[in-house]
Amino acid sequence: MTAPSPPQTISEKILSAKSGSNAVAGDVVVCDVDLVLGTDASAPMAIGYFERMGGRGARVHDASRVVFALDHYAPPSSPATKGFHDQVRAFAKKHSVRLFEVGEGISHQIAVERGLAHPGMLVVGADSHTVTCGAVNAFATGVGSSDLAAAMLTGQLWFRVPETIRVVLEGSRAPGVSAKDVALTLVSTLGADGAEYHALEFTGPAARDFSFDDRLVLSNLAVEAGAKAAVWHPDAVLAARVARFASDQGEPVFPDAGARYARELVIDVASITPTVALPHSPDNVVPIAQAPETPIHMVFLGTCTGGRVADYHEALAVLERGGGKLANGVQLVVTPASSAVERQLAADGTLVKLARMGATITMPGCGACCGTSGVIPGDGMNVLSTANRNFKARMGNATASIYLASPAACAAAALTGRITDPRSLV
Amino acid sequence: MTNHRGRARRLGDDINTDYIIASARKKETLDENVLKQYLLEAVDPAFAATVRAGDVLVAGANFGCGSAMEVAATVVLAAGIPIVLARSFARSFYRNAINNGLLPIECDTSDIVEGDTIALSIDASGTTIVNERTGRRETRAPLGGIAGDILAAGGLVPYLRREGRFS
Repeated sequence: MTAPSPPQTISEKILSAKSGSNAVAGDVVVCDVDLVLGTDASAPMAIGYFERMGGRGARVHDASRVVFALDHYAPPSSPATKGFHDQVRAFAKKHSVRLFEVGEGISHQIAVERGLAHPGMLVVGADSHTVTCGAVNAFATGVGSSDLAAAMLTGQLWFRVPETIRVVLEGSRAPGVSAKDVALTLVSTLGADGAEYHALEFTGPAARDFSFDDRLVLSNLAVEAGAKAAVWHPDAVLAARVARFASDQGEPVFPDAGARYARELVIDVASITPTVALPHSPDNVVPIAQAPETPIHMVFLGTCTGGRVADYHEALAVLERGGGKLANGVQLVVTPASSAVERQLAADGTLVKLARMGATITMPGCGACCGTSGVIPGDGMNVLSTANRNFKARMGNATASIYLASPAACAAAALTGRITDPRSLV
Repeated sequence: MTNHRGRARRLGDDINTDYIIASARKKETLDENVLKQYLLEAVDPAFAATVRAGDVLVAGANFGCGSAMEVAATVVLAAGIPIVLARSFARSFYRNAINNGLLPIECDTSDIVEGDTIALSIDASGTTIVNERTGRRETRAPLGGIAGDILAAGGLVPYLRREGRFS
């Protein structure tokens, strides 16, 4: 029998449950990890650490909790990246680790789409955007390759229990405003380090208006403000999502009444208009109507913040409303976040419509987001992207400038060849 | 007690891991001794060639934000830089640094400029950082708990080889 604990946040509850203690913010705990995600960008290095940590005979502690996805080099863009894939495949086979092949999608997208991440889980992934899984009410956080190796070898990892910022969503979203606009506003409100070492909890009367896919976008972009995790309160949206998977795993975790928060941040969703993040930081956000006149040469619809079915429907609606003719010289690149997304878009006709307009459709995965595969922008090009990072050189060319916006705004720019308020295309 | 005296290499706020080493570079190799020639190339393409063994990186807030890629820590070490001072670190970089034996020190870096000589003395009672140009001295508490044990062991590999698990 453990001592009665003070009222806890969701993060404190999950990390307490996984460490068998009554943890409060500031404590350091050793936790059993429920789900461990590795990618072709992080697992090769992790395999090296794993073998040095555990010696030649080392075994994965519990292979049923480990998942690899070959997502960053999809398709492999060089002999070296093909070599990374083969290395990860060989390790997965030897240790009976489940592997999602090239083209099956982004690791954390797969985790939520295939029902691998459940409410109340502790998820670690060697990909900073693992925070995305917070949308399923899991404590999900990104780690490096050595921590990935340690989690595979021991089944555990140490954590400092974070303080939590309670994000209260209020007001109703205006037409033409995407989850991406809300997420970029959140990042700019917090600043690039405003949630450093902290967890976020999303709640509030407007939360119910955020679909499950909307929530993935907000949780994902939270890491651009430094958040360690970004967990949504359980509600009917989560329950409907979880009901898709015939699984009895996972109990929704609510915060206790009286839980202590570092602070509360109220986001008035009604005040948010379409936005754009200017180069070279995701927190450099302005209302799109106030953005400087900017020609756009490449539009990228994809990634873990803009590569889902609803994102393409949003973009296609704008493209069709605007006549469906791409502006001269604009390259439109479409990279679905997963093969499941791609299949659905193929079945409902979206892909063929985008292709007929002249879009380049590429293999599902991380695509052009981080310059590891896919289309690399040319010198001096301006890119408008649905991705989450616009650091200089992020897409593989230091002379390109990357702007971030919603699928609707990206579609509008594809039609006009410049940054355009999607609401202006009626 | 460990002492270190090194030249400050001054960086700003929000230096993300793609700036430390570009994702597009590590798709060709994970060998930090090759990658080190591209260290901080997005900030200054000439930077890597000017690094001397023993240099100390000095940054503002949020050093190592963005991707959790671990080459961002191993490349710094391979370049001969054993210590990073920053007003704050992104947590994934902070963990990666400790796990590889790169010493991250959170401290006030506001008075440090490029080329200053930084003297550090590190022992069980804490870390003292002195800017020899300004004479300013700051003492930080030692890193405790598991993170301190991992750093003292020389990184996560030697720690787990010795302990077998987190303890």
